[in-house]
Amino acid sequence: MISFHKNQKSAGSNADCDLDLRVTIAGVTLDNPVTTASGTFSAKESGAFYDINELGAVITKGVSLEPWDGNPTPRIAEAYGGMLNAVGLQNPGVDAFIRDELPYLKSFKTKVIVNVAGKTKDEYCRAVEKLSETDADMLEINISCPNIKEGGISFGADTAMAADITKAVKRISTKPILMKLTPNVTDIAEIARVVEAEGADGISLINTLLGMKIDIYKKKPVLWNRMGGLSGPVVKPVAVRMVYQVRRAVKIPVIGLGGIMTGEDAVEFFMAGADVISIGTAALVDPQAPVRIKRELIDFMKNNGYKNLQEIRDALL
Amino acid sequence: MTGVAPGILESKILGNEQIAREIYRMTLEYEGGENEIKPGQFVNLYLNDKSMILPRPVSICKVENNRLTLVYRVVGKGTEALSSYAPGDSIRVSTPLGNGYDVTDIARRLGTECTKTIVLAAGGLGVPPMIELAKSLRKAIAGTTDIPHAADSVNEAAPFLTVDMAAANKKLIAVIGFQDEVFLSEELEQYCDSVLVATDNGSRGFHGNVLELIKTAGDPGDYYLACGPKPMLKAVADYCVEKDIPIQVSLEERMGCGYGACVGCTCKIKEENDTEVPFKLKKVCKDGPVFRGNEVVWDD
Ligand SMILES: Cc1cc2nc3c(=O)[nH]c(=O)nc-3n(C[C@H](O)[C@H](O)[C@H](O)COP(=O)(O)OP(=O)(O)OC[C@H]3O[C@@H](n4cnc5c(N)ncnc54)[C@H](O)[C@@H]3O)c2cc1C
Ligand SMILES: Cc1cc2nc3c(=O)[nH]c(=O)nc-3n(C[C@H](O)[C@H](O)[C@H](O)COP(=O)(O)O)c2cc1C
Ligand code: FES
Repeated sequence: MISFHKNQKSAGSNADCDLDLRVTIAGVTLDNPVTTASGTFSAKESGAFYDINELGAVITKGVSLEPWDGNPTPRIAEAYGGMLNAVGLQNPGVDAFIRDELPYLKSFKTKVIVNVAGKTKDEYCRAVEKLSETDADMLEINISCPNIKEGGISFGADTAMAADITKAVKRISTKPILMKLTPNVTDIAEIARVVEAEGADGISLINTLLGMKIDIYKKKPVLWNRMGGLSGPVVKPVAVRMVYQVRRAVKIPVIGLGGIMTGEDAVEFFMAGADVISIGTAALVDPQAPVRIKRELIDFMKNNGYKNLQEIRDALL
Repeated sequence: MTGVAPGILESKILGNEQIAREIYRMTLEYEGGENEIKPGQFVNLYLNDKSMILPRPVSICKVENNRLTLVYRVVGKGTEALSSYAPGDSIRVSTPLGNGYDVTDIARRLGTECTKTIVLAAGGLGVPPMIELAKSLRKAIAGTTDIPHAADSVNEAAPFLTVDMAAANKKLIAVIGFQDEVFLSEELEQYCDSVLVATDNGSRGFHGNVLELIKTAGDPGDYYLACGPKPMLKAVADYCVEKDIPIQVSLEERMGCGYGACVGCTCKIKEENDTEVPFKLKKVCKDGPVFRGNEVVWDD
């Protein structure tokens, strides 16, 4: 269920201008469509640079059932117009997250979407079960993770596995479920259709593209993990194309991300059909990017006569 | 920083000159006060060419009179681009990042009789942050006691520079190592009682590495502060641990954000009073870059 607010005068944070930035996805209303991409936001650290209340929602770093140490370093490499990361989903585990981080995140009026990672179906389900008992607003299931029981191919790269994991978490969760898709597939629309059919409340895309960088003088990969996820402006055309294809394949809300660096980039995703956008790499490069991009989006809307997000979404010829 | 909110500033380049082969000194206009910067902190420099999207972390070498000095080596495309920027150009620079050296801890120990000689041990590009650190330590020493000034040469503008270290029974020694070409040793001499230089090829000073020079100099020092390549840091840390001398080391790691959001730059830290886990993963950019040398778990 998606509903854009058609410019009713609200007492919300945008009441001073004629714009309505609110958007409702899966029954949850966000004050504005700007969210943080998983793994690129930390409440304490990011919050030092701007007021977290400015965001529509925060999407947390991936949390898993047990604590994960992630990969050894180097975990980060630069690519032309982007970056590679092989952090390996380091996180303190769902119990520590619920105890130490969630209460602080919930102290803001911003909605909280918890990103969940797992290595087996059971791990996902048990983490979702625990998060269902919290006051998180929504869950985002990162199905780019390798399925260790199926030889390490990513859950999200296989239609049957993507369907299966969606069905399993939907059965357990009391929260709306967003499925975060990997772009490392041949037919993204097909994956989107099956997760919708299994009851997903929304889709986020794209996760990072699998990439690699070699130091030709040292004759070895730059990342310890050899391969890593490519993100940033370099992936934007792929992301826009996939959001466009998925929008036309399903009815559920779409969270669009991948290389959004400016308000104009965000507009491109809305025109492609996104309901909400996330800022990832841009926030690593410029800690204030989420609030800057929100401001630039507002400026674009004012300068080009858009009153709400639905008008931008309808604008593509 | 007073009046300067954390974030990215547009800053004017005042100077950018070569001081040794591949080594450049960049001076920037900087509105934050020098008291707001801790030695050992770093800034993120943003390149004009947006195809290089990640900021380049560079240690703060010196802050004075609204000027920030950075010293860097040209090692790749980003630092090569940096070396071509001209005075008058503007550059985007972050406000200071990370936790610097814990000067308070040293000042406290200096107040006791047991800590008399502080050694700054640095190698290569680990030398630049030693300038601001030496200055801070010099001030800390001047602040510990009512020390007379040497002879009649009080430096009115910077009285800590002319304080009589011998009368105070305190010493600040720098032991710095280079591959071949030496840089910043004169700057360090301003603040240190002695600066000992080592080069790998023996072209100047002691022929050998920093730790060998420390040993040759008769193991001075009851507090060590180090910055430089990992093998050197590990060697000096091991040396200090063995002698039970406190040491702080500044680590380096590939970074994404530099402010703690991406978890790209982890290192292993075994906290002294933590008996539960073999180590904790800490962020070099946010929890460091400076850590207690005895708490670092060195990977090979
Ligand atoms: C906390 C900290 C302080 C530093 N202080 C200084 C300093 O005072 N002077 C100085 O000359 N150098 C310093 N460095 C190293 C400096 O950041 C790198 O030399 C520089 O980023 C290289 O950029 P490049 O584009 O020329 O190299 P490239 O190899 O082309 O860079 C590619 C990518 O790798 C990263 N990278 C390459 N080398 C390093 C490295 N050694 N450490 C971290 N990232 C690296 C770059 O930032 C970039 O993202 C510091 C690094 C850190 C982490
Ligand atoms: C350092 C880093 C860590 C990430 N961690 C996660 C994660 O834990 N879970 C997840 O679903 N996506 C993760 N991502 C992917 C981002 O959320 C996002 O999908 C991707 O980077 C594309 O967006 P961008 O180009 O705006 O960064 C991570 C990305 C980066 C750069
Ligand atoms: S560089 Fe991002 S957490 Fe340290």
